[in-house]
Amino acid sequence: MPHVAGETTNGAVAARGGDGAPPAKGRLRRALESDLWYSFVRSPVTVVSAAVTLVMILSAAFAPLVAPHNPFDPATISILDSFYPPAWMEGGDARFLLGTDDQGRDILSTILYGMRISLAVGFASVLFAMVIGVTLGLVAGYIGGAVDSVIMRIADVQLTFPAILIALLINGVARAMAGPQSYDQVVLVVLVLSIGLSFWVQYARTVRGSVLVEANKEYVLAARLIGLRPWTIMFKHVLPNVLGPVLVIATINLALAIITEATLSFLGVGVPPTEPSLGTLIRIGNDFLFSGEWWITIFPGITLAILALAVNLLGDWLRDALNPKLR
Amino acid sequence: MTATLSVRNLRVEIPTRAGVLRAIDDLSFDIAPGEVLGVVGESGAGKSITGSAIIGLLEPPGRVAAGEIRLGGERIDDLGPDQMRRIRGRRIGMIFQDPLTSLNPLYRIGDQLTETILTHERLSQRAARDKAQKLLEEVGIPAAGARLSAYPHQFSGGMRQRVVIALALCADPELVIADEPTTALDVSVQAQIIALLKRLCSERGASVMLITHDMGVIAETADRVCVLYAGRLAEIGPVRAVVKHPQHPYTHGLMSAIPSLAGDPDEELAQIPGAMPRLGAIPDGCAFNPRCDHAFARCRAERPHPYSAGASDAACFLHDPDPARRPPEPVARAAAARGIAAADETPEATS
Amino acid sequence: MTAAHTSPARPAAPDQDAVPLVEVGGLRRVFDLSKPWLNRMIEGGGRVTLTAVDGVDFSINRGETYALVGESGSGKSTIAKMAVGLLPPSAGRVSIDGTDVWGEKGADAMRRMRRKIQMIFQDPFASLNPRWRVQAIIEEPIKAFGLIADPKDRAARVGELLSLVGLDARDGQKFPHEFSGGQRQRIAIARALASDPQFIVCDEPTSALDVSVQAQVLNLLRDLQERLGLTYLFISHNLAVVRHVATRVGVLYLGRLVEEAPARELFAAPKHPYTKMLLDAVPDIEMEGKERLAIAGEIPNPVNPPPGCHFHPRCPFVMEHCSTDTPPAHLVGDAAVRCHLFAEDRAKTR
Repeated sequence: MPHVAGETTNGAVAARGGDGAPPAKGRLRRALESDLWYSFVRSPVTVVSAAVTLVMILSAAFAPLVAPHNPFDPATISILDSFYPPAWMEGGDARFLLGTDDQGRDILSTILYGMRISLAVGFASVLFAMVIGVTLGLVAGYIGGAVDSVIMRIADVQLTFPAILIALLINGVARAMAGPQSYDQVVLVVLVLSIGLSFWVQYARTVRGSVLVEANKEYVLAARLIGLRPWTIMFKHVLPNVLGPVLVIATINLALAIITEATLSFLGVGVPPTEPSLGTLIRIGNDFLFSGEWWITIFPGITLAILALAVNLLGDWLRDALNPKLR
Repeated sequence: MTATLSVRNLRVEIPTRAGVLRAIDDLSFDIAPGEVLGVVGESGAGKSITGSAIIGLLEPPGRVAAGEIRLGGERIDDLGPDQMRRIRGRRIGMIFQDPLTSLNPLYRIGDQLTETILTHERLSQRAARDKAQKLLEEVGIPAAGARLSAYPHQFSGGMRQRVVIALALCADPELVIADEPTTALDVSVQAQIIALLKRLCSERGASVMLITHDMGVIAETADRVCVLYAGRLAEIGPVRAVVKHPQHPYTHGLMSAIPSLAGDPDEELAQIPGAMPRLGAIPDGCAFNPRCDHAFARCRAERPHPYSAGASDAACFLHDPDPARRPPEPVARAAAARGIAAADETPEATS
Repeated sequence: MTAAHTSPARPAAPDQDAVPLVEVGGLRRVFDLSKPWLNRMIEGGGRVTLTAVDGVDFSINRGETYALVGESGSGKSTIAKMAVGLLPPSAGRVSIDGTDVWGEKGADAMRRMRRKIQMIFQDPFASLNPRWRVQAIIEEPIKAFGLIADPKDRAARVGELLSLVGLDARDGQKFPHEFSGGQRQRIAIARALASDPQFIVCDEPTSALDVSVQAQVLNLLRDLQERLGLTYLFISHNLAVVRHVATRVGVLYLGRLVEEAPARELFAAPKHPYTKMLLDAVPDIEMEGKERLAIAGEIPNPVNPPPGCHFHPRCPFVMEHCSTDTPPAHLVGDAAVRCHLFAEDRAKTR
């Protein structure tokens, strides 16, 4: 063992330093004592948004257990049940709390199932955008030079177009490539790809900026000094320290991604009406809005608004809580 | 004669989730007209907070919780923000460590100076500009007339600090608060700025509160010095007395820890064990007691208030007028009783 | 493992006849500050370069502390980075124990060389990764160089290192933010010692610390040097600190070494006007009534340094040829001084 113990065990050379720092703590206790938790419980709006988000995610995830009906099972739906208004209105049916749509599907159940798709697409596309953006940002910031220029110019160009336009473009290309038959099978993947690709720029820019700051910090120099490879330094040292802002963007982007998915579906290029997402539901209901069957579009609309708002408020709080200057 | 600035039993509190921290606790001092008072302490000792409290710019949630601050005999700690704004600049000039915090990067130097002069004095635009140029000449900026139309970034660090001094002095304030005015500057420029500040203030009869961590700067600039430790006064007195014959064990330790150009370079520097406590963890009794060689039971139970100790005042029971209540004599024994780590008993340990 | 005083493997005292451990020759570093190519084409303006280090030579004997003193823009930190292998020099060489820091190609030789060099940084708040536990921070070099394979032994070694720098072995479980500035600097020192280096570059190791803590860290560095036979390159702007640690001192001004001398001699009888000026500018804590000499002017912009001797516009003894001829190093006693004043001296005496 090349470890030269003899030289360094000569007792404490200078045990005069300690001013008694607090004892080491467990992970949970650290989390509960953290500034983040403190600012969380001190903000009622945030606690409510978190609760709302959590309830929506859980009820979407467990839709088959929570929902009174299965709107995707043709055996349980009957065209005879179509256009029931909400249960508390005249002509309403107690079986259908929020009424039914043109095919006799229970609106509440459809919303719960639709939210599943919306959230799944939202989470997946955020994750996808995050992986691409963070990786490119790390590479651009840490390597610099021509690589940096190329990545950031592409980002600049993309930033001049609205995200929805890019999503539409990618969606159109994918649709043409997949062909009309198989399209329905890959629609979710296409959605995730198109939304993800239209959102990566923000991550890349933020991460690059943070990397430029972190890479000059002395702890990175210390790691370079012992000959660690750039990739090791990037992922082990730099990445954990730039994740804060990434998390903030991810949260805010989740709301955006859900809305983008809804927009695409509303425009008819998203999820097909047989397995509707919130956006598809709003589109379906839109046709009946002026003939009096407002509930078909309003309830999914409210759900979408609440979901997006709650997630957004969470993101806002996270941004403020992680920014020491605002605290 | 009324003191230019009189601070009595000042307490500054910072409410945090862990409880209310006392950033300044029961601090009293005076600055006589024309006097330079140095305020020294390690980072976190509360020297900058004292300055901010006086000018009413405490960062929230920090607040003055008790005590009085008087400027020329009038209370200023209870004034509203508008009245305070009128006092800052006109009656109290301010100089900060980073000159760029006091200069607006988007305005020409001349415009900033004339604007400041005009808010404090009834003058014509022309007269104000002339005064600005004169001020720049006075702070030693070459070609002052031409430099009036320059932007802050076109000045070097030392020149910028000169401009800040000109800004601080342009309303002929009674008191100048300089917070680490030379810390960001190179050694060779430091001396120039210190000499300039000292000369201009004494010419105008302005009192100076010089906040710094650099005992050397204090030693050559201040008339009196106030040493802070953990937000409390440790010792205050004429600068010569405090530097040459410190009466508080902390001041004593601090003085011997400073490497100097005299003395034997091969000798180890004297060091105070440990570090200053964080504000949330100040021990009972004297804040310095866990690091002090003289500490005895009373120091851990009761907080010492300043006692007269020769030329200066020191907050230490060593100077209790009643000898029976002072710490017991020999010093080394106290260290042994505390059972310091083995290192302090090894031969290379310092006194 | 409790053996209190095993004899150190390397000699602690500097050996006059020994080959120097560190040799720096003709070291030069030029930074390109030009705008990107496209901007230059459109907005005009040529290349802008900054010569941060301009032909610096020095050597450090084993067990010695060589201090580089200078103000901002003197190039002292650039030299430190080139000496440890973080920044490639534009010209010149740095060799440690006979191996060229920048010439070695083989990965194995490179690793052997890197193991011998470590660095202690200025800011203890930036030099420790805030997300890592102290244990992980200190054992990183041990892992990187594959020194101890067994995790248990490694943890024991980290504990040893922690107590060596005056901390508790159990402190390894904590995070950097739980420590004060001085304690963090001790952790950084423990990390630097982890690979069992011979040469440590200390880049302003105490300038971010308070005086009472500064004394602790300076004493610790000195104790460690005696115990482990370490060789230091000590970078500082504080002459009083340098006087307490250095065996030899080099004074830098705008990238050039203007004076180099044994510490005692430099402080007792400074030769170069700039060195004199720096010494005069140190605040007089002893209160001997010495007026601090206010020096005219400020450090010129290093992008555009004055021709000839860089110091001539501020020099009280400036002569005609100072603004045209760059002075060579003149040997005066044990000191090497780059100043034309001493050329005349020598001419007179010979």
